[in-house]
Amino acid sequence: MPNSTRSGSPLLRFAGRVVSFLLTLAITFVGLTAVTFFISRLTKIDPVLAVVGDKATQAAYDAAYLALGLDQPLPMQYLIYLRRLLSGDFGVSVLTARPVLTDLLRVFPATFELATIATLLGVAIGVPAGVLAAARKGRLADHVIRVIGLFGYSVPVFWLGLVGLFVFYGKLGWVSGPGRLDIFYQDIVTRRTGVILTDSAIEGNWEIFANAFSHLILPASILGYFSLAYIARMTRSFMIDQLSQEYITAARIKGNSYWRTVWFHAFPNIMVPLVTVIGLSYATLLEGAVLTETVFAWPGLGLYITRALFNSDMNAVLGGTILVGAVFITINLVSDLLYRLFDPRLRTS
Amino acid sequence: MLKAMKSALVALALVAMAPSAQAATPADTLVIAKQIDDLISLDPAEAYELSGIEVLANTYDRIMRFEPTDVTKLVGGVAESVTVSEDGRTFTFKIRPGQKFASGNPLTAADAAFSLQRVIKLEKTPVFLLSQLGWTKDNIDTMVVATDDSTLTVTIGVDFAPSLVYALLSSVVGSVVDSKVAMEHAVDGDFGYGWLKTNSAGSGAYVIKSWTPNEAVVLEANPNYRGGEANLKRVIIRHVPEASAQRLLLEKGDIDIARNLTPDQIDALSGNADVKVTAIPEALLYYVGLNQKVKELQDPKVRQALRHLVDYDGIAGSFFKGAAQVHQSFWASGFWAAYDENPYTFDVAKAKALLAEAGYPDGFSLDLDAPNFAPFTNLAQSVQSTFAQAGIKVNIVSSEMAPMLTKYRAREHQALMVYWGPDYMDPHTNADGFVTNIDNTDAATGGKPLAWRNTWQDEALVKATADAAKERDEEKRKAAYIELQKAVLDQGPYIIMFQSTSQRADRANVAGFVQGSSSDVTYYNLTTK
Repeated sequence: MPNSTRSGSPLLRFAGRVVSFLLTLAITFVGLTAVTFFISRLTKIDPVLAVVGDKATQAAYDAAYLALGLDQPLPMQYLIYLRRLLSGDFGVSVLTARPVLTDLLRVFPATFELATIATLLGVAIGVPAGVLAAARKGRLADHVIRVIGLFGYSVPVFWLGLVGLFVFYGKLGWVSGPGRLDIFYQDIVTRRTGVILTDSAIEGNWEIFANAFSHLILPASILGYFSLAYIARMTRSFMIDQLSQEYITAARIKGNSYWRTVWFHAFPNIMVPLVTVIGLSYATLLEGAVLTETVFAWPGLGLYITRALFNSDMNAVLGGTILVGAVFITINLVSDLLYRLFDPRLRTS
Repeated sequence: MLKAMKSALVALALVAMAPSAQAATPADTLVIAKQIDDLISLDPAEAYELSGIEVLANTYDRIMRFEPTDVTKLVGGVAESVTVSEDGRTFTFKIRPGQKFASGNPLTAADAAFSLQRVIKLEKTPVFLLSQLGWTKDNIDTMVVATDDSTLTVTIGVDFAPSLVYALLSSVVGSVVDSKVAMEHAVDGDFGYGWLKTNSAGSGAYVIKSWTPNEAVVLEANPNYRGGEANLKRVIIRHVPEASAQRLLLEKGDIDIARNLTPDQIDALSGNADVKVTAIPEALLYYVGLNQKVKELQDPKVRQALRHLVDYDGIAGSFFKGAAQVHQSFWASGFWAAYDENPYTFDVAKAKALLAEAGYPDGFSLDLDAPNFAPFTNLAQSVQSTFAQAGIKVNIVSSEMAPMLTKYRAREHQALMVYWGPDYMDPHTNADGFVTNIDNTDAATGGKPLAWRNTWQDEALVKATADAAKERDEEKRKAAYIELQKAVLDQGPYIIMFQSTSQRADRANVAGFVQGSSSDVTYYNLTTK
């Protein structure tokens, strides 16, 4: 008897964890949508105007008012929305005249592509820069990296984007201009994931891949610069903390070289907080970067949600919020899994 | 670190070597960069945003029309000729023979009747254009009838001058929809509305191939077009929100036309031999509405004083730099029956005297709502500083357009700065907007015209506006509008300041792009490059 309970318990524990996860998820989403819904409804924007414009007759206005379900009391409107949502219906956006889900599936890949490349750049440069700055604390390399980081922190992305365009597209011609593809390459690759790099790679169309990349690299570098600045600064402070520990002195006494100590003894110990920082920075970029998207005519999530907010396009705002929520939850989940990978102590718990 | 920098440099170099943008647009394609995020529908019974109307002008033919070959003359479009009955209430349109929709279906009077009936029955925003003809859901099927394939009989329930009726049928709601295609896509009695929001079923020069919100509208030439197949087979209107990006794209030759450049950028381009700049006066007016609920603004002398406190020439010469001209009456210059005198000059002494006469020698404070983007931000600041010279303390309330309009429509503003564009090419559209106010109560149910929004009701002028719409003698009608404009200039609750000028920049090889005074008369089909 005791044996059978013991063998069943890991399974039960797993099931318990799944249930509690799903419950957290449900509560998170209800909370998220409720807050978004009621705050948006409290603004002084008349959602009907987005549909009928400024010159509509009262009858046209009233018809649109009813069609949006605004005659119902506010809590009722919210419950109706939730009920529809449970059956997978995100509603229709009044600004784009199509289902919100279709819209999100169109705009999110554009943002995903941008955010992913930006984050890769940010990590590839930011982490080594942070480690170097910590190891050379107070010396030239540290100062240089700090100044570069500070610049990335304080310069408006809008300005940097325009200057980048002017120099690398306008003057040097190294990269392609605003938009995701040249006109010549529009509508050639079949849309599978919506991420043009992936879609063109699947078809083996490397010409389009190269063109998409040359459009992507500048906005991604600019966003990447901002995440680089943040990642480098955090890496530096985590590393300084580790490098002052006694085990570092011990490792050095054992005869390890300085850089070996830095990379093989200190660095692994900052992985857990570093993953959190990178995850957070990635999630922020996945929300969409409205200013960068504006400068680069990039049809992503940031532009979509912003336009929806300004016009009180409720279905689109809520759909976008849910997507952003899902992104955060997913990244949290992935970070959790990575913690286990990097920190042996967490594996047993 | 060095390694990382090195690999970054290598990556950059690789990008530099990658086949970069070809330096021209495809030979058979016109590529336009424009802000098109106002576009929310492409159904001619619903679209009422400037970008949407422009696309529809190129995808649908209209009953009456300003042809691309002469955008100043109103002529028959789908209709070849028209006769008016003795009482001026019945119009018989002869439909041109042999017309075909892009689908290949023949275009008949039945399609024209269907299209007008559809507008009334769907009751979307632009319905007011046609419902003022006395048409309702109940009577429309008898008021608008296809007597046979080539005869459309239209009866109106009010006394309107024929020229006004023609102007209405030349607006977006006069677009003729392919009834067969529309009904094939009809769902729950929507006359194909759900489908037509994103597709076209017309007989214009182009058909809509795709509309991707916030990204692009793609049009393809319609070989069946009455005016002959378009010179360029494809038109791509790309949404490029940022003006500087539009300029760079144009300079690099990645687009053919940039539509939303700022005056500064237009200036900077003037030395570029690859680019041509064109200025087109538009019918859009920049004005300030003065709510008559505000006690100080109720005295006509105060309103006159405020009209003397705008630095018209200073503004037109500085940040507007060619993007607007001074215009003070409610119907834009360059159009039939416009009143072109600008009697108000920037005159602080005169304004002070008028304010003293009205009992406000020390001025007063005033909230001014204005949109938070160019040119309104600069315009509001200029007004603030010149008003201050006569002791009027302006508090600028800057906001997004949507909440500001919500406030305007609730009459909760004091003074509000915004623009106004006509709905069709007849002075009645603006007279109606700026003067008509039948029920001046807060609870009024109507289209909320500007006079109502500013709580201004002048019964004599309201009647004069209605009479002008009925006048069948064109000369008398014109005189009536001139009088109305003078009266509003003197008495009205508006400071009308400027008429906008559209500044467009084309690549030097682009020719024949037809841009009239509004979206209704901007045509792509004659463009060559």
